[in-house]
Amino acid sequence: MEQSTFTTATTDGPTPAERFDQLIAAGEKIEPRDWMPEAYRRTMIRQIAQHAHSEVIGQQPEGNWITRAPSLRRKAILVAKVQDEAGHGLYLYSACETLGISRDELNELLHQGRQKYSSIFNYPTLSWADVGAIGWLVDGAAIANQVALTRTSYGPYARAMVRICKEESFHQRQGFEIMMTLARGSEAQRDMAQDALNRWWWPSLAMLGPPDEQSTHTEQSMQWGIKVETNDEIRQKFVDQTVPQAQFLGLTLPDPALAWNEERGHWDFGEIDWDAFWEVVRGNGPCNRERLAHKVKAWEDGAWVREAALAHAAKQDGRGLAATA
Amino acid sequence: MSTPAPLFTYLLRLGDDNLVLGQQLGALLSRMPELEADIAVANVCLDHLGQARNFLTYAAEVEGAGRDEDQLAMLRDERGFRNAVLMEQPNGDFARTMARQLFVDAYQVPLYEGLSRSTDDRLAGIAEKAAKEARYHLRHSGTWVVRLGDGTAESHCRMQAAIDALWPFTGDLFAADEVEASLVAEGVAVDPASIRPAFDATVGDVLAQAGLRLPEDPYQRIGGRQGLHTELLGHLLPEMQSLYRANPGVEW
Repeated sequence: MEQSTFTTATTDGPTPAERFDQLIAAGEKIEPRDWMPEAYRRTMIRQIAQHAHSEVIGQQPEGNWITRAPSLRRKAILVAKVQDEAGHGLYLYSACETLGISRDELNELLHQGRQKYSSIFNYPTLSWADVGAIGWLVDGAAIANQVALTRTSYGPYARAMVRICKEESFHQRQGFEIMMTLARGSEAQRDMAQDALNRWWWPSLAMLGPPDEQSTHTEQSMQWGIKVETNDEIRQKFVDQTVPQAQFLGLTLPDPALAWNEERGHWDFGEIDWDAFWEVVRGNGPCNRERLAHKVKAWEDGAWVREAALAHAAKQDGRGLAATA
Repeated sequence: MSTPAPLFTYLLRLGDDNLVLGQQLGALLSRMPELEADIAVANVCLDHLGQARNFLTYAAEVEGAGRDEDQLAMLRDERGFRNAVLMEQPNGDFARTMARQLFVDAYQVPLYEGLSRSTDDRLAGIAEKAAKEARYHLRHSGTWVVRLGDGTAESHCRMQAAIDALWPFTGDLFAADEVEASLVAEGVAVDPASIRPAFDATVGDVLAQAGLRLPEDPYQRIGGRQGLHTELLGHLLPEMQSLYRANPGVEW
């Protein structure tokens, strides 16, 4: 184990590694100043960064409808939602920085394709109903995952999740309300809602991650208390909560295998097309290239602004020094 | 008592300024130089959209023809819009966005402060809240214009180019006609000429700190208040209105 090279036994207490294990075993939080195994740190960085990147890239699919929102109220709500996503990104980058990596480095890793964001944002938003479907399904799936993560072992991440979950719940209700308005609207609106549900349902299930037997990170992450529920457990919860909502809306989930299983007390559902999921993860989804190009372009277009801000701040410091000299 | 027609038109002018600007700012989310700037532009956008909704809702009530804010926003064509032509000028680079915003903010702060003392209580109430927002916007845009004017050679050039490009559209903010005249007499509206000195002082102060100057060419493009816009508005509105118009009479 790599930690053995960093830890030495002392006479008056546990080694840092022992203390780490004790904290995990006791369900206590690991804080930035605590010693942690390098692999734990790397895993946390990867996971929090992926989450932060997802929030930032996630501005794009919904932002795509801001200029065309069908009422001023919906436009304002959508702007506020996209703003929340940027805020979550900021908050999560800060949490990630407590692990000893800078936001600029994380940004660079994203731009180089060396860190990922959620596969779900590589699908296009083709109608207004997609804004509703994303709120209802994608935020719904995200909440199912993030509620579990409020109990994750790394303190700053767990606390970020508490705050983010509150806002995400609001987003999900907004999304559901859009879907409800459409489902009870004109025939064209109902068709729009059903079409969005057809396109977003399977990607929403897949975004919760590969099945447990294929998930490379699950076992170690569970041991370290990073994950407290498996992908399949969270997916089942999400399906169980969403099926009655779809029924309430009078919309049809695009899965002929969907059936209530009395014995399990859960909804059975069909096989997820994991080949399609991995294709998207590998970069071959409908919008991977556009999403990343959009992000990189915004960053590059803004380079002169960031340089100017730094130059101005340096001049100000200089002027301040000159004034006090 | 003011006759409904001038007040209706005046409220449209106030509402459309904010609607068109809010629409433009909304297109900038996820495209800003930093995450913090994305959040800031969303804030400013939300304030303008909120002001637009307040003014347009009031306009619809004053009109009394059964229209609401969305019908006013979505079913009028470019000739029916009453925003100043500055608002429809494109986002351009970050310097242009900030120059446009500085001019708007330097205008809206004294406008809303004046309107908060309007004899029309409803208008005064809307303006009082909007004045707080405009003061915050001005701090934000003013700080950026100074930063960019002072920052690097490139940012200075871009910022000066932005001031030069947008200054010719500022005159439209102050182009009053008989609509204002009757309302000013009743203490309802603010005389645009009365807030021009405050606008000039604010802009002058920011540009001086930024090491920038106003263009010498006195040319000004006016006409927005009468629905005589630049060609840009005719591209912005169809995008904003497309979904609403494609599905007449439904709820969203």
